[in-house]
Amino acid sequence: MRIPCPFCGPRDSQEFSFLGQAGLKRPDPNAPDAQMQFHDYVHIRDNKAGVTQELWLHANGCRSWIVVTRNTLTHEITGSEFASPQVKEAAQ
Amino acid sequence: MSQLHRLSSGGLIDRAKPLSFKFDGKTYQGFAGDTLASALLANDVQLVARSFKYHRPRGILTAGSEEPNALVELRQGARREPNVRATTAELYDGLIAQSQNRWPSLYFDFGAVNSLLSPFFAAGFYYKTFMWPTAFWEKVYEPLIRRAAGLGKPPVGDDPDTYEKAFAHCDLLVIGAGPAGLAAALAAGRSGARVILADEGPMLGGRLLSDRRIIGNQSGPDWVKATEAELASLPNVRIMPRTTIFGIYDHGVYGALERVNDHVATPPAHEPRQRAYRIYAKRAVLAAGAIERPHVFGNNDRPGVMLGLAMRSYINRYAVVPTKRVAIFTSSDEGYATAHDLIAAGASVQAIIDTRADATISAPNDIPHFKGARILRVLGNKQVQGVEIELKDGAIRILDCDGVAMSNGWNPAVHLTCHLGGRPVWDDKTNAFLPGNVPAGLSVAGAAQGHFGLKETLADGLRLGASIVDELGFKASGITTPDTDPESLAHTPLWRVKTSKGKCFVDFQHDVTDTDIELANREGFRSVEHMKRYTTLGMATDQGKTANISGLAILGEASGRKMAEVGTTIFRPPYTPVALGALAGHHVHKGFRPTRLTPSHQWAEEQGAVFMETGLWLRAQYFPKTKNESWLDAMIREVEITRSKVGVCDVSTLGKINLQGKDVGTFLDRVYTGTFSTLPVGKVRYGLMMREDGFVQDDGTTSRLSDNHWLMTTTTAGAGKVMAHLEFCHQVLWPELDIAFTSVTEQWAQYSIAGPHSRDVLIKLVDPQHGISNEAFPYMACGAITICNGIPARLFRISFSGEMAYEIGVSNRYGDALIRAIMDAGKEFGITPYGLEALSTMRIEKGHVAGSELNGQTTPRDLGLIKIVSQKKDCIGKHMSERPAMLAPDRPILVGLKPKNPKSKLTGGAHFLDKGAKPSLENDLGHMMSVAYSPMLKSWIGLGIVKRGRERIGETIRAVDFVRGTEFEVEICDPVFFDPEGVRIRG
Repeated sequence: MRIPCPFCGPRDSQEFSFLGQAGLKRPDPNAPDAQMQFHDYVHIRDNKAGVTQELWLHANGCRSWIVVTRNTLTHEITGSEFASPQVKEAAQ
Repeated sequence: MSQLHRLSSGGLIDRAKPLSFKFDGKTYQGFAGDTLASALLANDVQLVARSFKYHRPRGILTAGSEEPNALVELRQGARREPNVRATTAELYDGLIAQSQNRWPSLYFDFGAVNSLLSPFFAAGFYYKTFMWPTAFWEKVYEPLIRRAAGLGKPPVGDDPDTYEKAFAHCDLLVIGAGPAGLAAALAAGRSGARVILADEGPMLGGRLLSDRRIIGNQSGPDWVKATEAELASLPNVRIMPRTTIFGIYDHGVYGALERVNDHVATPPAHEPRQRAYRIYAKRAVLAAGAIERPHVFGNNDRPGVMLGLAMRSYINRYAVVPTKRVAIFTSSDEGYATAHDLIAAGASVQAIIDTRADATISAPNDIPHFKGARILRVLGNKQVQGVEIELKDGAIRILDCDGVAMSNGWNPAVHLTCHLGGRPVWDDKTNAFLPGNVPAGLSVAGAAQGHFGLKETLADGLRLGASIVDELGFKASGITTPDTDPESLAHTPLWRVKTSKGKCFVDFQHDVTDTDIELANREGFRSVEHMKRYTTLGMATDQGKTANISGLAILGEASGRKMAEVGTTIFRPPYTPVALGALAGHHVHKGFRPTRLTPSHQWAEEQGAVFMETGLWLRAQYFPKTKNESWLDAMIREVEITRSKVGVCDVSTLGKINLQGKDVGTFLDRVYTGTFSTLPVGKVRYGLMMREDGFVQDDGTTSRLSDNHWLMTTTTAGAGKVMAHLEFCHQVLWPELDIAFTSVTEQWAQYSIAGPHSRDVLIKLVDPQHGISNEAFPYMACGAITICNGIPARLFRISFSGEMAYEIGVSNRYGDALIRAIMDAGKEFGITPYGLEALSTMRIEKGHVAGSELNGQTTPRDLGLIKIVSQKKDCIGKHMSERPAMLAPDRPILVGLKPKNPKSKLTGGAHFLDKGAKPSLENDLGHMMSVAYSPMLKSWIGLGIVKRGRERIGETIRAVDFVRGTEFEVEICDPVFFDPEGVRIRG
């Protein structure tokens, strides 16, 4: 498997480590139902069969956290970008 | 007289290079260019193996990597390799091979008695028979079966050879260098594209080396030579012989195994035996050719029965006539080519038995030609001695012969197209399974795609090679398909001879017969996947390369389904077996687990330290004074001296992260349970870090060196994880924070100087302008200083031991000098170095948590550290750690444990039970996490978690260790055993 790192270019997946679903928003700790929201944030995942957005760390590379768009049915990777908008902006 | 079956001329062997080799202890001669199989056949060695289950005598069926029968043990001792196909093992001088799975000898094998018991060995036998009694399985049945059935034995001892991993990149990877592959590589190579051409064999050419064919005005081998020469002249083309592409992986990654030195006795110095590649290719052409199908008829496994192309290969390529009086059994015009080649080589063709009544091709000379006939069985045991045939009109005849050449059409080598889930599709026109949905970037050319004719194959390869490089932006030109000699390809496969007598083998390597498949069908295992697993068809080391399709056809026939309805199982990597050593490459021993050494390592070695691994680090465990001093005595001595005088310990392995930016305080408030933004410059604070699920992941201290400059320490083992966690927090959760951080673990050498005289030692090292009196530099102070006349250093007044202590950090390169300077300065105070044992004992005496307590299952509350979770702010894990169950009063909490008898050696992992309580999950009170012998208390002590432990201080419970068989009464106490008021630490 190869993952396109937005900083380093296409690299072997050995260089990366996988975290999980991307795009989760850490709940507002002051919300009245914060504990329930945190429960969902920590444990509940879509586990989609198909196109997913995943967080990977380019651990043996530039150490960027990146969001990879991957189809879990075909393993096709259609894109990747920096998780941090600030980094994305700086790179452009 | 040797090599009786060798032709006096012809072939692609080098008669100027005779080679000597041994098989089962007997010496034979062969030539350079031979395989072990061709050399054995040259010497008329027909019986080379015994089969897996029935121990039937087996010969050589093929001339390639699809060989199911001729498996041998190659080489000896630690270099012995079991299950090597004699058909691909290149001959070298001094080669030693043994037959396998036989006792006492290949010729007389006692295990052949299994053949008589064959009714008991049919498919599903194990499942039905060895069910009862259960206890018999491990002790009786399995050892029995394992001894009776099997293949070669693994080598003894460590592999003395080395293996490499390598990487290669190209525009086009061509898999297989037969006519299609050579054509594709040529078309692509001429355009300037980067091409890798890989073939499993030592010579390019594939089938062209085995057949007598004409391309243009050249013989097949001459055309190969000319093409190879042109390819070799192109700088953009890389030719990789002896290289098997064994697997296709996602995104254009191809696994390849190069057998660099398998064709010599031992690899030359500094060369690997094998090299495993990852090839990254934009596109690939699979030109793996096709594998000839055997017929399924009685005793079709006898030595002397061979595939037709294999026989031509031995004649034309190796100049060996495998057997001299041959019956041709064919359902294809290919069989007639075999007859012609045998005659040309001076052998006798006893008859052509063509299963097609309507065959239009004529037999050469006046060879007996039986159309619509079939072989019912082979006569003879260790060698073909004749065949019994049934003619079209039902008449039975016995035919004298010593060999049978089978041609039953072709199975395209579609294996690699299945590796990413592709499923081959049956094609009625070619009578073959053709590639189905192939992996992205892969195209299939030539016979692998069902183009069995030579001209067709060349045209297909050229066209594909050219069109692919065109798509990649290169310009292919000057491509014309050469003319070839005429050929006839008609065939109508016969899946089995139903009226056969004797065992009809489908899968030779796993001893699966046609009746096994019928049995599977009768018993309801009708899906191909079920039939495969029930009969084990295609599950041997050859993955059924010669077996699967016949098996599917027989299943279809038995269940009344067409081939397309039956479908096929798929193939998985590797295409042919790959040694684990090759996949590991250099990543063995220290190459797998490199050692990290601390800056004081050499010095510690000089002191005679005993080291232990902590992660990849080697750390001093203790410093024995004499050879005989035990770890316990040394630890007691080190603790006593440190607590009464002064000791020093290398703490460089702790993770260190340098943080800078105006928002570091805010960031630390969010990742630590405590508040850091209020920490003044020049101060250190202890921090506890949770995961978002509410469990503690790490602890350490963080120092504020200046307004915007902080230094965090982590545990030794947690350093990498914490770094990734902080990067996640910054880059994903709070990218708006103005911070930057980097790991500086290896840049700093750091020593802890602890004990009542620690400051006295330090004063001698620190340059005088820096005040380090108790007032000027109190507990939890930190700052940049200089030592030993101007060497920059960092000083931290922190303590893990509970003594007055300082950690002093210097640039890594001063680490060795500093430990020596500390020891010199401490001499007058009686300083001792101390190791991990003393460090651990002192922290347990102080009730400090470490790795055993920070086990990923404990919350701050469980560790008794709730007071350092700020209630004024959120942090990672806070909400989750406060879920009702986490705060339940029954949840075990950290306490100290003291045995009633101080000599009772407590053990980590012991579980706690009330007096009189039976050991059960319900009665379990918690468990012991860390233990030590405390020199201060003169008793063993422990830290553990106990239900309602803090309410039960002073009570006695039992510590029960079923693993080590101990049980002690222990008293629950406060986890701080020594100096609970913390007087000593403040000096």
